[in-house]
Amino acid sequence: MRLTARSRNTNMAVCIAVIAKENYPLYIRSVPTQNELKFHYTVHTSLDVVEEKISAVGKSLGDQRELYLGLLYPTEDYKLKPNILNWRTRYGYVTNSKVKFVIVVDSSNTSLRDNEIRSMFRKLHNSFTDVMCNPFHNPGDPIQSKAFDGIVSGMMVQTG
Amino acid sequence: MADEAPFQFLHNEVIQYIYKSADSGETENGRNISRLENMGFRVGQGLIERLTKDTARFKDELDVMKFICKDFWTCVFKKQIDNLRTNHQGIYVLQDNKFRLLGQLSAGKQYLEQAPKYLAFTCGLVRGALSNLGVKSIVTAEVSIMPACKFQVMIQKT
Repeated sequence: MRLTARSRNTNMAVCIAVIAKENYPLYIRSVPTQNELKFHYTVHTSLDVVEEKISAVGKSLGDQRELYLGLLYPTEDYKLKPNILNWRTRYGYVTNSKVKFVIVVDSSNTSLRDNEIRSMFRKLHNSFTDVMCNPFHNPGDPIQSKAFDGIVSGMMVQTG
Repeated sequence: MADEAPFQFLHNEVIQYIYKSADSGETENGRNISRLENMGFRVGQGLIERLTKDTARFKDELDVMKFICKDFWTCVFKKQIDNLRTNHQGIYVLQDNKFRLLGQLSAGKQYLEQAPKYLAFTCGLVRGALSNLGVKSIVTAEVSIMPACKFQVMIQKT
């Protein structure tokens, strides 16, 4: 029983961030822990990898022009459990308007599949598009939409 | 087919509204044009976000322009741009031989001076779409014979 609950949790994100074209955060949400700053740092450091992947378009052999950028980088996080390495995996996605989405997942077990991450990004993108098309939203402002919040909450690890 | 008319009516009314509401205070023409242009800009930003949701990432500027000429134009005006020309140095000319928003105006020279206000919104639309895709530009339009018009896009290099 305990095991199934755990494996469901590991498929969920621990942090979801939306970063503007000019690389400032539009939206960032993480599971409440002692050091939320850590997540900001994690997301921030993945931007370079995103940049690298975007600029690699046309140079690589395969035509990799998908919006989904795939796995960005694993980071180790010693803080939570001093004995066991706790790996966090970051996945990236970039829209045509150069807005980046970063999802950080806990990957202490490797059960999550690419497809699941893909569909998470898909949902996120759909919702983001709705936000952008809202005439009361000013492009470039932080996202304050409740609908978007709801979508994100559905993807986060449920605590408590 | 059914969704064409409402857009056209709305567009006409927006122009009427802006020009009527401005009459009381200032009669400055350029002010109204830029208000229409700004409206188009915001609409373009939102629209392109939705249209490019399922497309692959763009290779370069030309790829973006092609998308504007084909998909974007088809979505808004139910037809593609008839001719796209470029000097490969940041200037693109998009020619539409039968621009839909001018379709209801007499084809003669009679209403030629009225044309700019029917083009301002579209200029903004294109500029907004491009700006959201990361291409800063200036868009101007010109009409010589009535339903045909040309949009000139000048890319701003930073």
